[in-house]
Parts: sequence; C-alpha cells; structure tokens
Amino acid sequence: MPSPKDLRYTKEHEWVRVEDGTGTVGITDYAQDQLGDIVYVKLPEIGTTVKQMEPFGEIESVKAVSDLYSPVSGEVVEVNAELEERPELVNLDPYGRGWMIRVRLSDPSELERLMTADEYDAYVAEEAQA
Amino acid sequence: MSEPALLRTPLYEEHVRLGARMAPFAGWEMPLQYRGIIEEHMAVRKAAGMFDVSHMGRFEVRGPEAAAGLRRLCTYAVDRLAPGQGHYAFLCNEGGGILDDIYVFRLDRDRFLVVANAANAGKVRRWLEAHLPPGAGLIDRHRSTTMVAVQGPQAVAICSAALALSLGDLPRRGCMETAWAEGTLFASRTGYTGEDGVELVVEAEAGPALWRRLLAAGVVACGLGARDTLRLEAALPLYGQDIDEGVNPFELGLAFAVSLDDGAPFIGREALLRVRERGPQRLLACLRATERGIMRAGYPIYRGQDEVGKVTSGGYSPSLGTSIGMGFLPPPLAQPGTALTVGVRGRPLPVQVVPRPFYRPPRP
Repeated sequence: MPSPKDLRYTKEHEWVRVEDGTGTVGITDYAQDQLGDIVYVKLPEIGTTVKQMEPFGEIESVKAVSDLYSPVSGEVVEVNAELEERPELVNLDPYGRGWMIRVRLSDPSELERLMTADEYDAYVAEEAQA
Repeated sequence: MSEPALLRTPLYEEHVRLGARMAPFAGWEMPLQYRGIIEEHMAVRKAAGMFDVSHMGRFEVRGPEAAAGLRRLCTYAVDRLAPGQGHYAFLCNEGGGILDDIYVFRLDRDRFLVVANAANAGKVRRWLEAHLPPGAGLIDRHRSTTMVAVQGPQAVAICSAALALSLGDLPRRGCMETAWAEGTLFASRTGYTGEDGVELVVEAEAGPALWRRLLAAGVVACGLGARDTLRLEAALPLYGQDIDEGVNPFELGLAFAVSLDDGAPFIGREALLRVRERGPQRLLACLRATERGIMRAGYPIYRGQDEVGKVTSGGYSPSLGTSIGMGFLPPPLAQPGTALTVGVRGRPLPVQVVPRPFYRPPRP
C-alpha cells in the first residue's frame, strides 16, 4: 500500500506530519510490520530538545529493540501517553493513534532533507529486495 | 566466502503458502511467525498451536547394546526406561559440561529415539558414532522424517480426533508408534512450551498431509518466535543461549535429568559427582521486571553497583505482560525475592528473582 502523501519520511522509517510549525512523528506501516508485535515504546519527556536524525526514544517489539530517530529538530511539546498502556496502537494505526511525539520545529528547512511518499516507497521497495 | 545454502524442512512449502516470515535458524530456513508472535503464543496458551520442529536432530539407536550404550553417554538412566517411556537428559563431556540437552525415548527393548537440538545435530551424531558400542547402530532420521510439536490445553484432544488416535492415553513423557498414512507415526506426550501436548514424527513425505490435517482441525500454525516466548515463560533453557559446554546440569537446576545413584558409569559422571558434593557455583535464576522495559540476552545483571551476572535469555512475556529473563547468579542471589537490576542500554531496570517457572497453566 502506498505511504500517505502528506507526510515526509526518514531512511530509518519514521514519518513527520507538519501543521502550523509543529511536526507529529511516528513510524511507518512498513516499519511496524517489520518489527512485529510492539510491546514497549520509550518516549522523551515534554520539553526535551531533539535533533534531526538523532535518537529520541526506543521501540521494543517481541523480537528486538530499535532506536527511534527524529525526522526534525526542535522541542518536544507533546508525547502520546496512550502508548504507555497500549503500545500495540503502533501496529494497529501507525499513521494515526500510533503517533509518538509532537515537535515544535526549530528549522523548517530540514524538511527538504526528508523523503516524499513516492521516494520513500521506492526506497522501501529497494530495501525489501536487498 | 559464500554462506552455505539453508536447509528446508519437508513443510517449507506449507509455511510459504501460509505467508510465514522465514528466517535462518541453525542452518535451516524456518518460519519465524505467521500472523504474529503474540497471537500465536496465546493460541498455544488458550487452545492449540503447532510448530514445525523438523530441524531438530532425530537419531534412532538400535541393537542389543543400545540401552547400555546410551546409558554410558546420558546423564539420565535411560536404560531403566520401560518401552513407551521417554525422559529429558544431557550428553556431557568428561568435565560435566553439556554437549547437548536431549530427549530419549525407548521405543522398544532394543530401540531408542534420541531428539537433539538443531544446532547440535551434527555434533550429537558424531558423539554417538564415536562412543556407541558395536552392538548399537545409529540411524539418522533427520532428513527422512518430519517432526511437528502440537501444544496447548486442547492439543491432545484435537490431535486425537484429527488423526483418529487415542493420544490421551499417553502418560506424560510417554511415547507410542502406530501405523499412519502408509508409514509409521511416532507420538510423545512432550513439548517445549510448558503446556500439555504431543510431538509427532512421520515420514518426510507424509509431513504436509499431517500438517494440513491439523490445520483443518483448527490448530494454529506457530513460528520460532512464539516457541521462544513460550519456552521462556516455562523457564526452559535453550542451548546456545542458556546452555553451552561450560554449563553443567546442576547449574541449570535440572538435577531430575541426572542419575548418579544407580552407580552406572557415564561420561561426565565423576565431574558431576563433585559438583553435586560441593554444590554448583552459580544457578540459573528467573528474573521478572518490576517496571516497564525489556531485558534481553547479553544485558548485565547488577546487585547495587556490582555486576553479578548476565541475562542469557530475556524478552517480553505475553502471558504476564512484563519482561522476563534468565541468567546465572551466585547461589545466594538466586533465591526468589532477591531485588536486582538489569542494565537496559545504560539504564537500570529493577527486577526480582522469582520461582521457576514464570508461567504455569491453570489446572484443568
């Protein structure tokens, strides 16, 4: 299934949706499918400063642990507290209720370094072949 | 250097047909999961699931010296098994270190089935060939048969109905052979999940028919992912993670598989007598996280600031909803109730030593 067009994507399989200078961040459907059952998501505190392509948290599936990389730099203004009790929301609704953090962007020009949906889909197709 | 090609079990096409995610394991291309590890795990806990375990080594030992020959290699007195009985045992080296943990079934007076770990199948075969006496022949059944483990509270009833057999008559650890599909079917009341269930062995070419019949009867196909979470909840050690040649059976707390009092000699007996006399220097303990976070194999275990061991198996327990793990600890710290921490990527995760196993099925 093609990835949502209104988002930007990282090579580490995070997405960001920007509205009014704030970016909502999560992981892609491909990523949740590869990870399998997600059982724990460790997120930063509100007020934390995150940097583009640096880890902001961790995600644990039954199989393995992975770092979460921030698609954008800025201050964390909201975290999805629902994931504490229901980490499986990342599997069930990765672009919706499975969102992770909201970041007030410090440098909106960073978005140009991220992939569009078409670029990301091509990237995933290539990775799946490798 | 190119990797050697992965081996495929007789059920490979079945796994692909079911959309399994395949992964390499001990040289075999095996199903890691079908629908999802947690769903498969819960199917085994609540009803019945099945695993292709054809990658495990299977050796038939037969002849007038089979019983005596195996006794000299096994920690358990397998020569005292009656036909139709099986038991868990270890193959040890002279130092009491474990070469493999195995299951031994006595099929009849002069015929035994030895089931070995996939990763150790070659080593076990060479060990048996080198040490069995002339009156005990070895037949390798690894590639000529299919093995399926059917596990869960409904496993025995569903298998009995689907295969028209009375498997419910089998006692725990018991085994039988019967004619099935123009060949022989071996069944044992054993498994690696902590649940009731059976393990079945049929000729390789009968494997897919067996698999499909069980699937049609409602048994859920389960992969190695669920096999690992299930065995960890049952606190069953896994060779290559919790066991290697530097580990002895007493450190695992599995003295029930070591017979020292029948006086019969076996390789490693002298060393194991000394371990029993002195007491093991470390014990495999069960750890349960008391906060959120997941311990995994290789993570350090701390008592205060001191590292006192490492997690040998760890992960998430779908039944308990928390992280569990096992690791070797000095005996005083291995007592249930001990509060410790596990270093999870630099952060301390509080854990408590708990009694084995983590999960026990409710009594029917």
